[in-house]
Amino acid sequence: MDGYIIATVIKAVLVLSIIAALAGFGTYLERKVLAFMQRRLGPMHVGPYGLLQLAADGIKLFTKEDFIPSGANRLIFMIAPMITAATAFIALAAVPLLPEFTLFGVTVKPIISDLDIGILFVLGMMAAGLYGPLLAGMAQDNKWGLLGAARTAAVFLSYEVVTGLSILAPIMIVGSLSLIDFNNYQAGGMGDWLIWKQPLAFVLFLIAGFAETNRTPFDLIENESEIIAGYATEYSGMRWGMFFIGEYANMITIGFLASLVFLGGFNDWGFLPGGLAILLKVSFFFFFMLWVRASWPHIRPDQLMWLCWKVLMPLAVINVTITGFVMMV
Amino acid sequence: MSLEQFKNRNVGTQNYTMLDLGESPKTGWDRFKQVARRSVKLELFTGLKVTFREMIKALFMGEMHTVKYPFEKLPISPRYRAIHEMKRLLESGHYRCIGCGLCEKICIADCIRMDTRYDENQRKEVSEYTINFGRCIFCGYCAEVCPELAIVHGGRYENASEQRASFALFEDMLTPLDQLNQQQEFPGYGAVSPDADKKIKKTPLAY
Repeated sequence: MDGYIIATVIKAVLVLSIIAALAGFGTYLERKVLAFMQRRLGPMHVGPYGLLQLAADGIKLFTKEDFIPSGANRLIFMIAPMITAATAFIALAAVPLLPEFTLFGVTVKPIISDLDIGILFVLGMMAAGLYGPLLAGMAQDNKWGLLGAARTAAVFLSYEVVTGLSILAPIMIVGSLSLIDFNNYQAGGMGDWLIWKQPLAFVLFLIAGFAETNRTPFDLIENESEIIAGYATEYSGMRWGMFFIGEYANMITIGFLASLVFLGGFNDWGFLPGGLAILLKVSFFFFFMLWVRASWPHIRPDQLMWLCWKVLMPLAVINVTITGFVMMV
Repeated sequence: MSLEQFKNRNVGTQNYTMLDLGESPKTGWDRFKQVARRSVKLELFTGLKVTFREMIKALFMGEMHTVKYPFEKLPISPRYRAIHEMKRLLESGHYRCIGCGLCEKICIADCIRMDTRYDENQRKEVSEYTINFGRCIFCGYCAEVCPELAIVHGGRYENASEQRASFALFEDMLTPLDQLNQQQEFPGYGAVSPDADKKIKKTPLAY
C-alpha cells in the first residue's frame, strides 16, 4: 500500500512537471508554427533558434506585479486561475499516457489512477474547468471580463453536450468507460481503430474539442478584437500564466483523448512502438490545432451556438441512434 | 488591350467581371443545403492546404520573408541618396577630390564646408572638409555637380544620431585605404537596384 502511494505521488509529480513544461513549450511551438505558416521566423534571438524564449517568458511572468483591481472580489479573483490549471492537470490523472514499461525490474503503468469511469472523469474535470474563466470573468469588475465569462458559460455548456454525445457511440461499442479498455479494444492494428467505425463521432469530438480548449475557430471567449482578452482582461503575471498553462494542458489532454479513443491509442502501429505512436498522434493533434489557427477565421458567438445546437448535436444524436440500431441488429 | 481602355478614367464604366457566387440562400432549407454542400465539398481544407504550402515554401524552398534587419539588409537602390562617400583613385589611392569647391557652392542647405590649400607640389589639397548632416537635406546636388565623381551618395541610411548637428569629416567619408580594392563605383542615378531581377514579376506589355 505504501509503495502504491509513493508510486502514485511520483507519477503525479512527474506528470505535473512534464505536462506543465510541455504546455510552456507549446507556446513556443505555437509561435514558431504560426510564424512559419506566415513565412516568418518566429522567436529567434533568445537562445539557439529562440528555444530559451520559454525561459525568458517564464521569468517575465514570475516577476510581474501581481495586480488585483480594487473593485474585484479578491478571493475569487485569486482562486479562479488555480481552478483552470488544477482541473486541466487533474483531468490527466485518468489518462494513460504511455504503454506499460519495465523500469529497474518494476512494471510501471503510466497512468496515475486507472478509474473504471476514466473517460467520464476526464470529461467531467474538463467541464469543471469552466469555473476558472467563469469565476475569473465575474470576479474582476470589468465588463469585458463579464462578457468573456458569459461567453465561456455559453460555449462550454453547449459543447459539453456535443462532446458527451459524440463519445457516447464509441463507449457503446467498447462497452467500457476506462480509457485502457478503449486502447485494448483497438489492439489489432490500424484496421481496428474506432475512427473507421465512428468517423462522424471523431469529427464531432474534434470540433467540440476545439471549442472546449478555446482554440481558434471557437476562440471567442478571449477574443482580442471584440472583448480585449475576455475573462483574462484584468489578469497579469503568474495568474494569467496559469490560465495559459491550463489551456495548453487541455490541448494536450484533448490530443490524448482523441488518439486513445479513435486512433488506436498506444498500441504498436506498424513498426512504431506504442509509446512513440501515441506521442506522434498527440503531436499531430497539437500541430493540427496550431495549423487551424493559422488557416481559419473564427466565428461569431451566434454562429457558434447555431453550429452546436442545430448541426452538431442532432448529428451526434443521430450517430448514437444509428450505432444503437446497428449494435442491436 | 488597347490604349483607350487605359485612358478611360470614368469609374464605373469599365467592364467588370462579376464573381460567380451563385444565388444566396433565402429559406432555411436553402441555407441548410448550402452548409451541407460546403461541408461535403471540404472547402475548409483548402485553407489548411494554403497555410501548409506556405510553411513548406518558407522552410524548405528558401522563401522566408524575414530580413533580420540589423544583421542583414536588403540591397538599396542606387537612386537612394544616403550618407555621402568620398571615393579614391583606384591606381594611386589618392583621394579624387580636386578641391574645386563646386559642391560647397551648390549646396542649397549650406551644409558643406571645405578649405583648400596648395601642397608642396603646387596641387590643390583638401585641408578641411565637413558635411553637417543635421542640415543636409540629401538633395544630391553635390554628387551631381562633382566633376571627378569624388563625392557620391552611398547606401548608409541609418541616420539617427544623439546630436542635432552631426558632422562628418572628410576622413570619415573617404574609402579606407585598405579597402580600396572593394571600392564600388557609383552606378549613376538611372541605374536599377542590385536585386531588380528578383523584384520583377511580370513584364508590363500592356502599355
